[in-house]
Amino acid sequence: MPDFITSYLGSKVTPGEAGNQFWALVYVFIIFAGVALTVMWLLNWIERKALAHFQVRLGPMRVGPHGLLQPFADALKLILKEDIIPTEADQFVFWVAPLIGLLASFTVYTVIPFGPSQAVSDMNIGILFMLGVSSLGVLGIVVAGWASNSHYPLIGALRSSAQMVSYEVAMGLAVVSAILMTSMNASGTGTLSMLGIVRAQQQQGIWFIFKFFPLGLIAFAIFAIAMVAETNRTPFDLAEAESELTAGYHTEYSGLRWSLFMLAEYAAMIAVSSIAVALWLGGWMHPFPNLLSSPTWEFIFSLFPGLTFVGVAAIAFIGAARMPSQSFFRIQRIGLAVFAALLGFIALVLLVIAVAGRSGDTSLAARFREGIDYVYWFLLKVAVFIYLFIWYRATWPRYRFDQLMRIGWKVMLPISLGVLMLTAIVGVIVS
Amino acid sequence: MNPALNAAVNAGMAPVATPWFFYVLAGLAVASGVAVITRRNAVHSALALIVTLLSVAGLYLMLYAPFVAGVQIIVYAGGIMVLFLFVIMLVNIDRASKDRQFNRIWPVGLAAACALMALFAFAIVKGKALFPDRGLSLPESSNTQQIASMLYGEAGRMGQYTFAFEIASLLLLVAILGAVIMTKKKI
Repeated sequence: MPDFITSYLGSKVTPGEAGNQFWALVYVFIIFAGVALTVMWLLNWIERKALAHFQVRLGPMRVGPHGLLQPFADALKLILKEDIIPTEADQFVFWVAPLIGLLASFTVYTVIPFGPSQAVSDMNIGILFMLGVSSLGVLGIVVAGWASNSHYPLIGALRSSAQMVSYEVAMGLAVVSAILMTSMNASGTGTLSMLGIVRAQQQQGIWFIFKFFPLGLIAFAIFAIAMVAETNRTPFDLAEAESELTAGYHTEYSGLRWSLFMLAEYAAMIAVSSIAVALWLGGWMHPFPNLLSSPTWEFIFSLFPGLTFVGVAAIAFIGAARMPSQSFFRIQRIGLAVFAALLGFIALVLLVIAVAGRSGDTSLAARFREGIDYVYWFLLKVAVFIYLFIWYRATWPRYRFDQLMRIGWKVMLPISLGVLMLTAIVGVIVS
Repeated sequence: MNPALNAAVNAGMAPVATPWFFYVLAGLAVASGVAVITRRNAVHSALALIVTLLSVAGLYLMLYAPFVAGVQIIVYAGGIMVLFLFVIMLVNIDRASKDRQFNRIWPVGLAAACALMALFAFAIVKGKALFPDRGLSLPESSNTQQIASMLYGEAGRMGQYTFAFEIASLLLLVAILGAVIMTKKKI
């Protein structure tokens, strides 16, 4: 058994490719637990805090220092709340709808390439699988709106399905133009695999966002707009427009079921951001992988994860030091200091791994350093997108439905078609 | 053992619990297929149809045809079924389910079903002589590429099915135009 477990540690492929079900399962658990915790705690807290600060408020401040434990209080509240199923609702469908959305948005994570071997599996049809399964998420919304047997949810579901179906077209065409770029190699064969797409960017020495400038950039911009629409976020959140539809498709949902919808929405946000990162922003590669690839630069880049945690720990320490000195805040101050110390410890571990794994390519520390490096750069890029999602929400007003449809069909679709054709033409000319 | 499986096993990708997965997926497809025609509520039927389509996609995966499985999920489960649900939701289901069903032409349906069944039985019995013995000889990893070169051809050469593929896409275009003309009074 120990052999079975350790045998994989030296391998440089994904568990799926190595056919190792034990490690595949471990990866799945790590990713799912990580995503669930990130969504429930970090994302929830950051979104509320960032929105509050955008609106010159403080946001949650009471539960835990700077409201850090507020998400846990909310989660507890949601779990303990009464679970109401309306009498007139379609019981079974009402029950199954949140699960459809949740399943769709979490299944996608099996092919997200956090690193060359830091993915559950490398499917041959990776990007198709991601688009297909994440498009199943709309079923959960549609069915939830219908099963509630109420007006607002039904209108919300109709809006949402119309919107998602129309933006999927532009999104798919933008993705195709990125896939076309993967075929710009000696053999002329592209790939649909997520790892393969990132590797193609590595081989060609360029992120696809800068390829055939400005074609890659336009395709990326279209995807970046469409993915906001796909996840039903502001400014495209007509499905849950609170000024018109109360809460849209999940009006009748309460307690745990409602939180499952939220979990699915945020997990889908991370998933589509990962697609954008893998397709256009070089996935797990650090900036300028073609220019700054000497061992010194590798070492400097591998310090980044540790330094990030040092920075966050320093912010937490400053927060603890600046806490008002009344006795009321004593526990909060201690809590924040402990939190900062914990972050500092993580930073220390990361830095030690970075230094220990500096030399050689075979030691366990080197492998760990490499893995942390890949995952860090991938997650950093995803985090930028997540912050953008929050930023959009604080900045832009909601579209009207006809405006939304006009943009989807009359602006984004022709542009993405044009970009696709131009990419193909330029690709043929260049190769 | 078929050559595709052999190739896959040689490539170190021995499938896990194949018969078990097949029976689960096939059973699911059949059971939900029956549910599609027995449910009175149209939304329940549509949901059952989605389950059928997904389990068929799983069967495609087992046949080392991941591309077909992916397209099945995107086009049918993700696209067409959403439109189905969209339309069904606009219909008053309570009234529709009380309406008299216009299934009085069931003898025709029975005949069609029997004919299809006979065709399948014929294919199973005589299949060896009708179809080429080997499936896709390539393992899963190059299946998508294989489909592409059949549809579009290798460099400078037309593919085996290029013409048929283009004709099919023309047919779809005509269908789209027809739908637009039928719904729009003035264009």
